[in-house]
Amino acid sequence: MNKLKKEFVLNFIDGQRWKWLLDGLLATLKITAVALVIGIAIGVIIAAVRSTFDKNKASLKLKGGVGYYLLSVADKICKLYVTVIRGTPVVVQLLICYFIIFAKMKDGLPVAMLAFGLNSGAYVAEIFRGGIMSIDEGQFEAGRSLGLNYVQTMQHIIIPQVFKTVLPTLCNEFIVLLKETSVAGYVGIMDLAKAGDLIRGRTFSAFMPLIAVALIYLVFVVILTWLVGRLERRLRNNER
Amino acid sequence: MKKVIGIILALAMLMTAALLVTSCGKEEGKLVMATNAAFPPYEFKDGDKIVGIDAETAEATEGEAGVEPEIDDTEFGSIIGGVQTGKYDIGMAGMTVTDERKESVNFSNTYAKAKQVVIVPADSEIESFEEFYTEFDADGNPAAVADGVKIGVQQDTTGDIYSSDDPAKWGFGEDNVIRYKTGADAVQALLAGKVTCVIIDNEPAKSFVAANEGLKILDGAYADEDYAIAVGKDNEELLKNINDALAKLTESGKLDEIVAKYIPAE
Repeated sequence: MNKLKKEFVLNFIDGQRWKWLLDGLLATLKITAVALVIGIAIGVIIAAVRSTFDKNKASLKLKGGVGYYLLSVADKICKLYVTVIRGTPVVVQLLICYFIIFAKMKDGLPVAMLAFGLNSGAYVAEIFRGGIMSIDEGQFEAGRSLGLNYVQTMQHIIIPQVFKTVLPTLCNEFIVLLKETSVAGYVGIMDLAKAGDLIRGRTFSAFMPLIAVALIYLVFVVILTWLVGRLERRLRNNER
Repeated sequence: MKKVIGIILALAMLMTAALLVTSCGKEEGKLVMATNAAFPPYEFKDGDKIVGIDAETAEATEGEAGVEPEIDDTEFGSIIGGVQTGKYDIGMAGMTVTDERKESVNFSNTYAKAKQVVIVPADSEIESFEEFYTEFDADGNPAAVADGVKIGVQQDTTGDIYSSDDPAKWGFGEDNVIRYKTGADAVQALLAGKVTCVIIDNEPAKSFVAANEGLKILDGAYADEDYAIAVGKDNEELLKNINDALAKLTESGKLDEIVAKYIPAE
């Protein structure tokens, strides 16, 4: 017991090392929060473009005109984006952003936010697209035959159902994102995982810092899961 | 037919299991040496092999003691912890002896002298790292660091530990140090203008400056230090063997020979 206490003091109290964990946690949460917003924005746009193209390409082609070609090009670009982002590891993307694309930017934090946001966007896009495509075609037809146009049908009938369907998968993506930010240390940012590494490098004990970091991540994932669970229950209230 | 396939599968599984079991235990007559192979010329990868002064010194040292080293590439910050828990037998990675590290492991006698130097862009007007301080107290110790000074270092190295200290102890303060996984990353960040300078060991610094245009090393050292081999606290016999072997190698001139091979005389 005494040994444990000594270890604890060495790893967290001496040299105020707990402050590193706190700073690291703040950085992790900041990166995750901004990346989440960027990811959802990109995801929604891409999912909208791709599912609109998929659902309307037949009728647009019949109608002729420039609309079909515009949408087709946008669809191709979105597909390329998703392929590239999902086909490369996030660490590599982060390093490319930091050392090549935004080489002139001094602070690493905004670069990391953007890099993780861009990465998450590709996954969120596929989650939303899957949700939209999973809604029965009959729902579209019902909306259209009631006199709603495509956008109105989407807005009032499809999207509310989609949101409920994709919520668990989306929650999964958020959890992955939170934990994925642990590679931010590669570009000199002190996030939670790096703070643990730093303590490890100074005290040379592996147990305490690693367990502490793991526990903090776990606590935040549990909180996130609980929040999404609540939202899910609330959305189900209006179901029969 | 099914029976035959079944027997073959069972055999294959048995053999895999046997392989797994044997590969777990440390082999007799072999020492596991931990290093971070991104620190030229002390250790770096040449193809699949880890080479450099440390690798060759280890080979020569262990050769004296009749064992063969097996080199394991890991993060610098994990080496001492690994030696402490017995995951590795020795740690050799251009490692400086510090009081903090001595609490966790034993160190052999010094096998190389080194210093921490400052790398800046070639067109920089800075002549000494002392210019990063704006104020000095009555004793001549620094009191404040200039705005915007960011020090790039390799995480957990002595360059990191010294420069993370308070200005009064000739550090630059926790917040002004940006830590990268490898020295090469820190140098890349310097080239991109993300940090003001990089503080790192002299020999790797020379390799980095030689490999990248537009960099120079400031005259004078930021800190002087001695490299030694880390050995587990409970492994007194190994420590004694290593020290004996090092003494023999120094006497025969083999150590100088290895250093001269990687560091051309100036």
